Amino acid sequence: MKFTLSWLREHLETNAGINEIAEKLTAIGLEVESVQDRGAALAAFTVAKVISAEQHPNADRLKLCIVDTGREQLQVVCGAPNARVGLVGVFAPAGATIPASGMVLKASKIRGADSNGMLCSASELGVSDDHEGIIELPADTPLGAPVAQVMGLDDPMIDVSITPNRPDCLGVHGIARDLAAAGAGMLKSGAVEAVQGYGPCTVDIGLRFEDVGLPACPMFAGRLVTGVKNGPSPDWLRQRLEAIGLRPISALVDITNYISYDRGRPLHVYDADKLRGKIHARLGRAGEQLHALDGNSYSVDPADCVIADDNGVLGLGGVIGGAPSGCSDATVNVFIESAYFDPLRIAATGRRHGVDSDARYRFERGVDPQFVLPGLELAARMILELCGGAASNVRVAGAAPALPEVIEFRPERVRALTGMDVADAECVRILDALGFYVDADARPMEVRAPSWRPDVHGETDLVEEIARINGFDKLPATPLPRLQPVTGVAVNISQNRVRWTKRLLAGRGMMEAVTWSFLSTKMAELFGGGGAELTLTNPISTELSVMRPSLLPNLLAAAKRNMDRGQADISLFEVGPQYAGDAPQDQSTGASGVRCAQTQPRHWTHAERAVDVFDVKADVWAVLEQLGVAQDKLRITADAPNWYHPGRSGVIRLGPKNALAAFGEVHPAILEAIDMRGPVMAFEIVLDAIPLPRVRGGTSRGPLQSSDLQPVKRDFAFIVDSAVSAGQLLSAAASGAAGLIADVSLFDLYEGERIGAGRKSLAISVTLQPREKTLTDREIDTAAEAIIAAVKKATGGELRG
Amino acid sequence: MSDIEARTREMLLAVADASDIAALETVRISVLGKKGVLTELMKGLGAMSAEERKVMGPALNGAKDQVSAAIATRAQALNAAALDARLAQERIDVTLPPRPEIRGALHPVSQVIDEVIAIFGDMGFSVAEGPDIESDFYNFTALNIPPEHPARQMHDTFYFNEKPGGERLLLRTHTSPVQIRTMETSKPPLRIIAPGRTYRCDSDMTHTPMFHQVEGLVIDETAHMGHLKGCLTEFCKAFFEVDDVRMRFRPSHFPFTEPSAEVDIGCRRSGGELRIGEGDDWLEILGCGMVHPKVLRHGGIDPEKYQGFAFGMGIDRLAMLKYGIPDLRDFFEADLRWLRHYGFAALDIPSLAGGLSR
Repeated sequence: MKFTLSWLREHLETNAGINEIAEKLTAIGLEVESVQDRGAALAAFTVAKVISAEQHPNADRLKLCIVDTGREQLQVVCGAPNARVGLVGVFAPAGATIPASGMVLKASKIRGADSNGMLCSASELGVSDDHEGIIELPADTPLGAPVAQVMGLDDPMIDVSITPNRPDCLGVHGIARDLAAAGAGMLKSGAVEAVQGYGPCTVDIGLRFEDVGLPACPMFAGRLVTGVKNGPSPDWLRQRLEAIGLRPISALVDITNYISYDRGRPLHVYDADKLRGKIHARLGRAGEQLHALDGNSYSVDPADCVIADDNGVLGLGGVIGGAPSGCSDATVNVFIESAYFDPLRIAATGRRHGVDSDARYRFERGVDPQFVLPGLELAARMILELCGGAASNVRVAGAAPALPEVIEFRPERVRALTGMDVADAECVRILDALGFYVDADARPMEVRAPSWRPDVHGETDLVEEIARINGFDKLPATPLPRLQPVTGVAVNISQNRVRWTKRLLAGRGMMEAVTWSFLSTKMAELFGGGGAELTLTNPISTELSVMRPSLLPNLLAAAKRNMDRGQADISLFEVGPQYAGDAPQDQSTGASGVRCAQTQPRHWTHAERAVDVFDVKADVWAVLEQLGVAQDKLRITADAPNWYHPGRSGVIRLGPKNALAAFGEVHPAILEAIDMRGPVMAFEIVLDAIPLPRVRGGTSRGPLQSSDLQPVKRDFAFIVDSAVSAGQLLSAAASGAAGLIADVSLFDLYEGERIGAGRKSLAISVTLQPREKTLTDREIDTAAEAIIAAVKKATGGELRG
Repeated sequence: MSDIEARTREMLLAVADASDIAALETVRISVLGKKGVLTELMKGLGAMSAEERKVMGPALNGAKDQVSAAIATRAQALNAAALDARLAQERIDVTLPPRPEIRGALHPVSQVIDEVIAIFGDMGFSVAEGPDIESDFYNFTALNIPPEHPARQMHDTFYFNEKPGGERLLLRTHTSPVQIRTMETSKPPLRIIAPGRTYRCDSDMTHTPMFHQVEGLVIDETAHMGHLKGCLTEFCKAFFEVDDVRMRFRPSHFPFTEPSAEVDIGCRRSGGELRIGEGDDWLEILGCGMVHPKVLRHGGIDPEKYQGFAFGMGIDRLAMLKYGIPDLRDFFEADLRWLRHYGFAALDIPSLAGGLSR
């Protein structure tokens, strides 16, 4: 919402300057977006007269002009076709900044001739698009006078952003009212004196709605003004509209635009001689077309409220008018429409047709229903003043919606909710100044909101009004009282697990990525997702159209982007949401990572080593251990999802059903599908699948169990069939001498010629821990035999000779 | 006697001449070994007369002590020399680079969430969560956002396909639904923050379709807007790690709070640098207000008994302001160069006692 300072002063008696006004506006919730003080920007620009204009000796299209600035005579090189002797124009001296371009003028030589400044066009001043030639001012304009003043540009323009709840501030009068309530001046009366009509309005009007719950147009009023002379508006009106960026069109149209910004009251004017029959508001009909004032054609929807006559649709009511019935310079008889439309229907129509008009903007937020008739009077008055003619009586169809309900108000709620100490009397004063009706003697007080405040419904709305006018700078910054002397824990165990996992993986040399929660359908399908229930209706692009079933695809894409940038040795992880369905419980927190290329850069102490499955398995292991999962309870199965290499992947399970994690080499077909070089190792942990630790009584760790008896280590090498897994062999060995074995570890794997094809050698080290007394050689031998027997039974493995 | 003295001198010379431990050992054996010179002489003592023994005994013992001591001293010297020689030989080039360790890093979003939790945790807030895929009720209706509100239009909100029953799920456009979910499951007094992912159909220089917010909610019988101001002022001082911070509460409008405010923080821009807390410029950092009575009622809380405030701010934006990160879009690119530069070490764990940042 834009307006100028002088415009504001039409409604507000104030001595406040532009800065003071701007600060106050922001302080009461009418946020100032910008202040444009063109007077200040044009301070250096003065009126000057061309006293000689001769052809530039070195350039066909340039002239050498001597200008009289009132103080001195200067030579200026000018390229404007209208530069001529006697022209009075706008002179910018060296040092001035041209508003439109931001260029700072310097005294210079142009094609060898001195030029000490510039004669300006309207577009260079930023006042219009006219760049055909330099500005021509009336010949009697005093030389040396400030241009801003002469051209009416010394009026600062303020642009405020009005929140959608305040349609009353989409008119200058409403803004003035708020400012006055906040002590920035006195509100001038906005009362409009009625114009006496000469007789009945010969244009009939009506409302034609059937079976519509809330009328699309509850009230429609109009009157005729006959014998007008349309044409350009007077300067003051043109300047006001231009100052806020509106293009003056003709007096009749400018008047409606002016009242729209002055009072927040949109109107429409028709050339009455182009109307046929009764002008009425009704719902649109399929097939109807509107050729609108913006030059576009619109197909009317049955849900649109239209204004029509016997010939058909005249306009989309409250949104945009039609071109054929619009006013032109030839208009002699004008019909003025002032109506009240249902805000929701206006919003829907505006959206449906993509029309952003000033009228829609106001009607969809809610104009003052009680100002339908005053608006009409104001328009008639201005038309009579500017265009002459005679006004008929007013015709009205329908009625304004009922006034708002009475609100019970307890001033102590202001203090309770805001902490500000505002006296009862001040509460009443503020409400009164904002136009509220207050019965201060009632208990609780009874308040009725003015008709222009559709946003006020309850007591807290009144608290808000009082708080903002009293000023948020008066809010007493009060520390929140502490709940306990030492504050308790802010995060629960699941939230902590997320934090630990991130820091653990970062500590393992991985970089944390945050990638989109969505991806392309194609990617989602590769990873078991892409279902209809997780597909967005209105994605921003097809690449971001489905919720991710896993963190992996976006991590792989991120790794690929880095590879394409020439990064080597990529290890990325992400901890975040993944979606198995659209219910809240279908969202889980995953921790996934990818590692590709080498584990480390080349180094003089060792050769490079390519990452392998056991690097990511170690990542998973480390996370599970940090999160308190007992490893001896875990099982590894070879049924990882199909985006993993079937022979180089595993699932870590706790019990038969609960899969905690998957890890392995990414399937080459997946890599090919996303055009990525392999091999790539990956893991996916479902943090939510990890059971929470049992609640223990207290924090004690219990006594340390350790033995002073020397442990005994024995190594065994077994030859087994290639299909036998190390896990099988290790758990068989561990079961071999129950109660004695403290640890079994695998330290060698050999496959090769020496033991023949289809076989492998696995070497393990077993630690025997005596509990009561040192083991005798015989006891050790017995244990070793038990281990060998157990391995043989479980795997068919023989001790390697 | 003189003979013994002379032979002792010889022996001492031999000890001194020994050039290494092996030579010294040879000397020792030749003197003190089973068949060594002194050993043999001492064997002769038994055959001597008492008189002779009285003279020769001490003389021979003296000679033995003297030579033994000389051997020990010499051995020490030779050992030291041998060690010096070995150490000199074992010298390596310690300027060679050590085995590399790959440095990982935390994303600034994770770090800032931890910082925010540290500060509000100290003020008695706990962390609450809610799903990204929300219903119309939690994201809009319960927050007093009417069906015709522009925020509900397709150009702002990501929607999923309509279900057979007519319900249309969406991606939450703010973390505010967690307010309602918390009110439904907990009784006042409430102090929660809810950090998380949020989504809007927006993509340009300063908007991404996904971003992060943190919601705050305080409900009890007395919390008022002054507490809101105090709470946020303390947060900003702690978060931006400045002793004082200029703040401006401007009246604004949100459907779910009343009164509502937008909060600006004082700042100064000079030479591409942004200084928070000082200067004459204002920077909008968050929206807040007193929880609307209708919202309380939707959460099952009696607005005549309880009241409180809520606020919401952008985590990505906080990170950009605090750490001078220029472009929001880079947050979600996973560019390793960016992560290395703007990321945080695993051990940079923010706490109020230990400091938020280094």
